[in-house]
Amino acid sequence: MKIILEQLLNGLTIGSFYALIALGYSMVYGVMKLINFAHGDLFALGSYLGYTLLVFGSTYVTVTFGIWGGMIAAMLIAAIGIGIAGTLIERIAYRPIYSVGRLPAVVSALGASIVIQNGIMVAWGPRPQAYPSQVVPSIMLNIGEFKITLLQVIILLISFMLMGLLYYIVQKTTFGAAIRACALDRDTAALMGINIETIIFFIFALGPALGGMSGVMVGMYYRKISFIMGWNYGLKAFTATILGGIGNIPGAMLGGLLLGVLEMLGSAYISTAYKDVFVFLVLILVLIFRPRGLLGEKVAEKV
Amino acid sequence: MKLNKNITEKNSIFKNWMVILAAILFIILPFIINAYWVDVLFFFGIYALLGLSLNIVLGEVGLFDLGHIGFMAIGAYTTAILNATFGIPIIILLPVSAIAAGAFAWLVCSPIIHLRGDYLCIVTIGMGEIVRLTLNNNPFGITGGPNGVFGIDFPSLGSIFVVDNSTKFYYFIWLIVGLTIIGLVNLQRSRIGRAWNCIREDEIAAEATGIDVRYYKLLAFVLGAGLAGVAGNVYATKLMMVSPESFNFMESCMLFCIVLIGGMGSIPGVLIGAAAISLFPEFFRTFAQYRMLIFGAAMVAMMVFKPGGIWPRKRGAVKFKSLLMKAGDENG
Repeated sequence: MKIILEQLLNGLTIGSFYALIALGYSMVYGVMKLINFAHGDLFALGSYLGYTLLVFGSTYVTVTFGIWGGMIAAMLIAAIGIGIAGTLIERIAYRPIYSVGRLPAVVSALGASIVIQNGIMVAWGPRPQAYPSQVVPSIMLNIGEFKITLLQVIILLISFMLMGLLYYIVQKTTFGAAIRACALDRDTAALMGINIETIIFFIFALGPALGGMSGVMVGMYYRKISFIMGWNYGLKAFTATILGGIGNIPGAMLGGLLLGVLEMLGSAYISTAYKDVFVFLVLILVLIFRPRGLLGEKVAEKV
Repeated sequence: MKLNKNITEKNSIFKNWMVILAAILFIILPFIINAYWVDVLFFFGIYALLGLSLNIVLGEVGLFDLGHIGFMAIGAYTTAILNATFGIPIIILLPVSAIAAGAFAWLVCSPIIHLRGDYLCIVTIGMGEIVRLTLNNNPFGITGGPNGVFGIDFPSLGSIFVVDNSTKFYYFIWLIVGLTIIGLVNLQRSRIGRAWNCIREDEIAAEATGIDVRYYKLLAFVLGAGLAGVAGNVYATKLMMVSPESFNFMESCMLFCIVLIGGMGSIPGVLIGAAAISLFPEFFRTFAQYRMLIFGAAMVAMMVFKPGGIWPRKRGAVKFKSLLMKAGDENG
């Protein structure tokens, strides 16, 4: 029982990374109907930005803000940096081709992804980098009979806070209503006086910013980061997005957390080597029986 | 009217000349360039064949398939295992790999063929990844895990026609590509090709006109996978080994780009796309580590400036015009 609970907790930790990245995919898809293949690499870029801030900037960042402040500052700066990178990509690679259908944007996104990936390789070198070991003091907390590290608590707290914040913005505020209106029907939303440009800017800044923060947390959790990790996490997060129902914000969160838990349980109780196979099999099975994902609504085909 | 007719005829003759010139160029090319570039052109041929195979699924029917490399992996591993373990000649395995890949496609695509757009896309990604990860995990000790399978023979017909050097491999792959192109051009003009295009343009309308959408979609997947299996066979014999890392997600994405850079459903477009993807990194080898950076930027630029592809397919306009003229001639 204790082991299952600990595995569940590990799964939730990984799942919260996936969920944060998945939110970026889902928001962009919801409004633009575009799979932002560069999103995974933006996440990796965020991880590297955080790495630079925590290692080379430690004399400034950590001294100025203290240990906790340093961590928060690194995450915020990474988030801002990746938000800017996300909007830049939208301007350069996607905006000119919105009008010509969806497929050219896929190639453009893949191209942007290759550019970011190789940009990281050129800038930071092809070898994997290691995050500093004591970003957060490694303290083991004993709650009852099961153990949890302080780092995990912090990661879960921050992730759930971010997810809650996003949920609040999208579901409860006027601005969120505007985003949802755009997701339903962009042309009609524009006729109702919603500024589509602002919405798109916001979507492409916020989604990647969440991914960037997730990148910093992955760096702190696993400590090893590499320039190709964007593909792997991006693919998993995209899977999570589809699992929950693409374009659906709570769906992306649920899909991400579920995927993390499935992966952990799969590697603990089935086979470590086949954990990814297990994840994809579950995805395919879900889609066979619920073709719109877990929380996706069935949309009638327009004739 | 007469003027128009002359123009269309001139056009088709011009096109035929282009094809013949290209064919002659391809035949004499190995005598001009060195062995390294012959190898590069061989891989261009492999990518062309894979591009043509994906073009059936993505270009003709409009199904998003981002796991196409998985079918090639099935073909390559079928060849590798049956040849290295049981010593079955490669030339027999050529159709066998095609059938194996096609059968695999039928098996895995049957339950998912009803999925639309992006959902089909992620399922094919998952399928491709499952193939790669399974090969990597060495099930039943037959795939050799991450090391792959070694010691694959050359293709041979008796003891006289042995494909054993770069130049022969070059002719071998381009012969296959040539035959494939002839087959696909005929297929495009056939009832099947028209049904495929109809499904791509409007699935509901296609179904309403009595096209068995499910059957034709599956047919596209099976044919595409079979061709990818052939490519896998030639690839395995050329390298004499196969390993799971050759069949990763990135390769599937590259195939996707080949079809879209060239122009959806256009056979000359696919060839140009394959040339862009396979030759571009070679020309930019001097830039070393910046090579892929430039490559990615070029992909973005290509789509921004020419979103329809380099050589988009013009659909039957000329043919239609000549039909009209025939009717006109008969009447007048």
